[in-house]
Amino acid sequence: MTTTTSTPRTSVCIALCGSGGAGVMTAGNLLLEAAAQAGWYGLMVRSSGPQIRGGEAAALMRIATHPIDCMDDRFDAIVAVDWQNIHRFADEVPLDRSSLIVGDPEQGAPPEVFVKSGARAVELPMKKIAKGIPGSWPNMIALGFASQLLGIPADKVKAVVARSLKKGAEQLPASVAAIEAGRAAAAGEGAAFTLAAPPAARAKRWLITGNQAAGFGAIRGGVRFVAAYPITPATELLEYMAPALPQVGGVLVQAEDELASVNMIVGASYGGVPALTATAGPGLALMTEALGLAVAAEVPIVVVDVMRGGPSTGIPAKSEQSDVSIALWGLHGDAPRLVIAPNSIADCLTATQWAVHLAEALQAPAIVLSDQFFGQARAVTDRPADSGLVGERLTAPAGSEGYKRYAVTDSGVSPMAIPGTPGLAYTADGLEHSERGIPSSGAADHRVQLAKRERKLVAHDYGAQWADVEGEGGIAVVTFGSCTGAAREAIARARADGVNARLVSMRLLAPARPKLLAAALDGVDRVLVVEQNHGGQFLRYLRAEFELPRTVRSFRHPGPLPIRPEEVHRQILALEEESPR
Amino acid sequence: MNDMAVALQPAAYKSDYKPIWCPGCGDYSVLSAFTKAFSMVGRKPEEIVVVSGIGCSSRLPAYLSSYGFHGVHGRALAAATGLKLARPDLTVVASGGDGDGYSIGGNHFLHACRRNVDLTYVVMDNHVYGMTKGQPSPTTEPDWQSKLSPTGTGLRVFHPLVVALAAGANFVARAFSGDPNGVADILAEAIRHPGFSFVEILSPCVTFRPEQRNWKQAVHPAPVGATDDPAKAARRILSDDGFNVGILYRGNRPVYRPPVGKAKKQPADLEKEFEV
Ligand SMILES: Cc1ncc(C[n+]2csc(CCOP(=O)(O)OP(=O)(O)O)c2C)c(N)n1
Ligand code: SF4
Repeated sequence: MTTTTSTPRTSVCIALCGSGGAGVMTAGNLLLEAAAQAGWYGLMVRSSGPQIRGGEAAALMRIATHPIDCMDDRFDAIVAVDWQNIHRFADEVPLDRSSLIVGDPEQGAPPEVFVKSGARAVELPMKKIAKGIPGSWPNMIALGFASQLLGIPADKVKAVVARSLKKGAEQLPASVAAIEAGRAAAAGEGAAFTLAAPPAARAKRWLITGNQAAGFGAIRGGVRFVAAYPITPATELLEYMAPALPQVGGVLVQAEDELASVNMIVGASYGGVPALTATAGPGLALMTEALGLAVAAEVPIVVVDVMRGGPSTGIPAKSEQSDVSIALWGLHGDAPRLVIAPNSIADCLTATQWAVHLAEALQAPAIVLSDQFFGQARAVTDRPADSGLVGERLTAPAGSEGYKRYAVTDSGVSPMAIPGTPGLAYTADGLEHSERGIPSSGAADHRVQLAKRERKLVAHDYGAQWADVEGEGGIAVVTFGSCTGAAREAIARARADGVNARLVSMRLLAPARPKLLAAALDGVDRVLVVEQNHGGQFLRYLRAEFELPRTVRSFRHPGPLPIRPEEVHRQILALEEESPR
Repeated sequence: MNDMAVALQPAAYKSDYKPIWCPGCGDYSVLSAFTKAFSMVGRKPEEIVVVSGIGCSSRLPAYLSSYGFHGVHGRALAAATGLKLARPDLTVVASGGDGDGYSIGGNHFLHACRRNVDLTYVVMDNHVYGMTKGQPSPTTEPDWQSKLSPTGTGLRVFHPLVVALAAGANFVARAFSGDPNGVADILAEAIRHPGFSFVEILSPCVTFRPEQRNWKQAVHPAPVGATDDPAKAARRILSDDGFNVGILYRGNRPVYRPPVGKAKKQPADLEKEFEV
């Protein structure tokens, strides 16, 4: 895998780094947009140091001929405008002997952590070249270099730069000259990093972050009320919705804390308006009491948890799948809830839209488990088709005789009276209650209502969306969320080695569907469970709720490092060696 | 539907569900004042929602024929705010006790005053946690002894009316449950007044604070009418004996309205910004 080859590449990873203000994020976004314009797929993850503003930053990019949902194992190149504290990204930007280290000699030698990889160092005097082109900046030299290296046509790069400069058109000639200079400097590198031609036939493509996708999915699903409290890495979801929601007649309010935001959305939804909040682990922890209220009072709400490193304040701007347990088990009482995990950036849209639909249909809270990687990464994806799923609540018509809000029904779902409807007024209650909603501590009422609330979730037909099941073979990789991309690539590599494995990426985590998983694992005798956390929360959940084949291996590590395809690939090969017990 | 029907009588706002309160509890009169005030305001039961937290006083919504929401302890104002912003057509009243509103819900109280959403907040203040059987609340006197505070709390009492003024409430009143007609008048005014209206009702807990039966003798009408100057109102309240009853402040701060879009677009219209 470390051999340099001149056959065009189907995927290239490149990191653009520099201290704050060096403009590497701008350069990264422009590179991604130019690649998108030219027809490639891509992904950009923003990584930054601990400083609030102005610290070192890295745009971690992967451009490919096909849709991708994760970074590769290694980087082909790191282009650093300067080296100030860039060594801090060493873990996130693994290099090897076929990689390039591109740095400005004026900024000193590349850090030892990069050099010891054996990667070849290339000098690119970005500052000096930029000085020679009045009005230009070193980051545009870096952009030019990177775009030439990958074989992204100059006209596409210039077009996206021109578009980004809408207001500062007078800067365009300098930027264009800087890009040209960067490209000229990279010309000597030959075609080792050149991408194969993008696919010819092209459906509509989008450039979108997971946070935007989740926000837009919520809007497609019918959410028209949002209350939330800012928290990394969920804030951008709210910042997307703040101007978007009013355009479709919705309302967003910044609450005083997460206790308020979740209770506000419960109040809004009780009033008949589909409602959502977004948060991260610390906020989800604060919301658990009111999630239980939504269960007991049967008020649909959606809580998007953009997971980050935990526990406590943890690692706020880095991804980790460690809120599985709190999402699945973290409420007091017997409290059935929906837990839905998108498994790609585009799926943040589809899965959130589905979550709104399910919450509304089942009059229950839905937790959407996104994560920092999805939320803050920007991807080129095919336009996610509109599933057409919108929130449709079973409401009680005016004049219903002898109305009982919590009537026991076969499906478990009872018609909900919306305030304003004459003749049906009732009090929604988090106290256990009778069918009419009158507080009751009687054994019979408690049993009947607990069973009803459980039944409505387990009796529902969730359809094929419950998981993505792909491929054949006696080995299955069972995973969820943002590990799915790496698992899918690992399975493809194993197939190239002659080892077949299937992928089961579970989108519906709660309620657990043991029969569906059993069917998906039919003929499988070895399972590899992949997740990004320390304690194996997903594994424990699988063991608790499902029948699994006898051979179950867990591959996991916590954030901030992502699960990489090669790590999973090796696990699959190791599992192939093991004959089933 | 004919909206010109004769205004409903107070009795029409009562549900047929019997309160669980102790005989003699002040909250019975508050309940009766709610029905009178709703009749005065003239909105139909289905157009009114009473939202509460947890506590004896928070049981009130179910005893009314309006819509009700009995949520979790301390969060009535949050739920009421969400409801009112999502459904501005409804009349929304939040209600509960002093523990619910000033202790566990204290932060929401401050921010509801600041936000000034058009809703009414009624606190039945008995200077004690009734439902949990007699612990001190933020308005309990520092020397009041209980099992949990054998030597008293030694803490300064919380001053809800002044805090409400400082935080920006748009209407501030004190009432006494022993005078349900007086409470009803104030409540009706509070509901009609735009923005966040706060009504603190002294409502005795006869079980854990039997001495509060003497409140009947202690209360008296405020010597002067409402002012629109919050500083003046605060000074008056800080220097009164705690038993001045009446509307004390009527402000005219702009009511919070969430930003609304100019054009009513369809979700599909929002796709453009993502297109390559
Ligand atoms: C989160 C939470 N903490 C504690 C309680 C227990 N609790 C129920 S009511 C109450 C206090 C009620 O006092 P107050 O609000 O003054 O109402 P009152 O009963 O006096 O009318 C407490 C502490 C609870 N229900 N929920
Ligand atoms: S305990 Fe006190 S507040 Fe509660 S119902 Fe009895 S008298 Fe009323």
